[in-house]
Amino acid sequence: MGNFGFAILKERHIDYDANDKSVAEYIYDHEPSFRVCIECGCCSATCTTGLFTKFSLRELNILIKRGENEQVRDNIVKCMLCGKCTLVCPRGVNTRNVIMLAREAFQKNLKNAV
Amino acid sequence: MLNMDEKVVVVGGGAAGMEAAGQLAKAGCRVTLIEKESITGGHVKEWYHLFPDRRDSSEVINYLEDQILHKNITVRKDTMVEGVERMKGSFVVRTSGGDEIRSDAVVVATGFDLFRSERKEEYGYGIYDNVITSAELELMFRKNEIRRHNGEIPEKIGIVHCVGSRDEKVGNLYCSKLCCVTAVKQAMEIKKHIENARVFCFYMDMRMGGALYEELYRESQEQYSINFIRGKVSEVSENIDNKLIVKVEDTLAGRPLKMELDMLVLMAGMEMSEGGARIARVSGLSTGVNRFFSPADHHFGSNRSNIEGIFYAGACTAPLNITETISHARSAVADVMDYLKNGKS
Repeated sequence: MGNFGFAILKERHIDYDANDKSVAEYIYDHEPSFRVCIECGCCSATCTTGLFTKFSLRELNILIKRGENEQVRDNIVKCMLCGKCTLVCPRGVNTRNVIMLAREAFQKNLKNAV
Repeated sequence: MLNMDEKVVVVGGGAAGMEAAGQLAKAGCRVTLIEKESITGGHVKEWYHLFPDRRDSSEVINYLEDQILHKNITVRKDTMVEGVERMKGSFVVRTSGGDEIRSDAVVVATGFDLFRSERKEEYGYGIYDNVITSAELELMFRKNEIRRHNGEIPEKIGIVHCVGSRDEKVGNLYCSKLCCVTAVKQAMEIKKHIENARVFCFYMDMRMGGALYEELYRESQEQYSINFIRGKVSEVSENIDNKLIVKVEDTLAGRPLKMELDMLVLMAGMEMSEGGARIARVSGLSTGVNRFFSPADHHFGSNRSNIEGIFYAGACTAPLNITETISHARSAVADVMDYLKNGKS
């Protein structure tokens, strides 16, 4: 049989199996509400940081869950921890704590502790 | 055949109660239908055209009114139920008028209340004049007059889905399931009334699970050019020109989106009715986490309650559309008849 083209350009695809989900696991363990996000974007709609820089908490959430950590690592520091996202979240995700934990996980990651 | 002494009280004169009363009467029961308002018809009488076929709601109302024109039915309007007590295998229903009605079975058909949109303060209902609810838009359709507060015809109209539904912040985790299709229907109606209108629906998920709903969604795009933007609106404000500004993330584009609108319509969700909640409290009927009455069994007992002889019909158990409500009322009647013939201890 011929090659039906299941190959994907490496830079294009999310290599889900190979990606490191330890940051996501760390957040799930310490803040289980992280699981119930439905990506509605209410957090990023109200986010002051997102109005001025390329920062979307909704996007960061899904990237962490897919293990696309490199894109998250530098971005997550932009958050000013004002907590407006937590106030508007219709699912009751403690978004502020999610960010704190993500930062923590990246810190520990450097020390190979996660 | 039953003897004609079997008496059933039906609580609530909306679609469910009227259908149940009519079917019970035809089956030979003597029915007292209790309605808190001065007219029967419930919410349906407030609506304009109904999905999916967009027939005039008056057709459904006429059908229901015919159902209750039966010699076996006594309708008591302007009456509330104060209590339901079980006594030696039958029931005593106490009314706000101080009467005690004896009955062999009770059908609770207290329906739903619309979510009070002012509770979602960030959307500005009750604060900004041009933020209205889906129910108010239906009234505007009926009057054939869709106007901004200052009398102008709105040209750019936003519709916010999930107002009071799927929202932990107002204590309603459930999906009201009819608001998506209502939004699509209303968007199309707006275009029929205002030809050059531009309509934008802000949604989290499009839940078009009912018969012909998905087809309606497609029609709204193809025939009416309705725009759909995936994102939950976080807040609404008003600018100096008296236009509404919505803040939302266009989640599929991954960027925050700001839009100026002439009018904003909030798709108010469905909640357990106040009347139903009161009856639950005074009669010991059990309710679920969604505060609606919880049926005895989700698969084969959706009309039975935790009290033998008390049955449920319609949207007092969960958000239901009119078709489902009428079917649910009919199945309640089947359970009541079985109970009166075989099950009564």
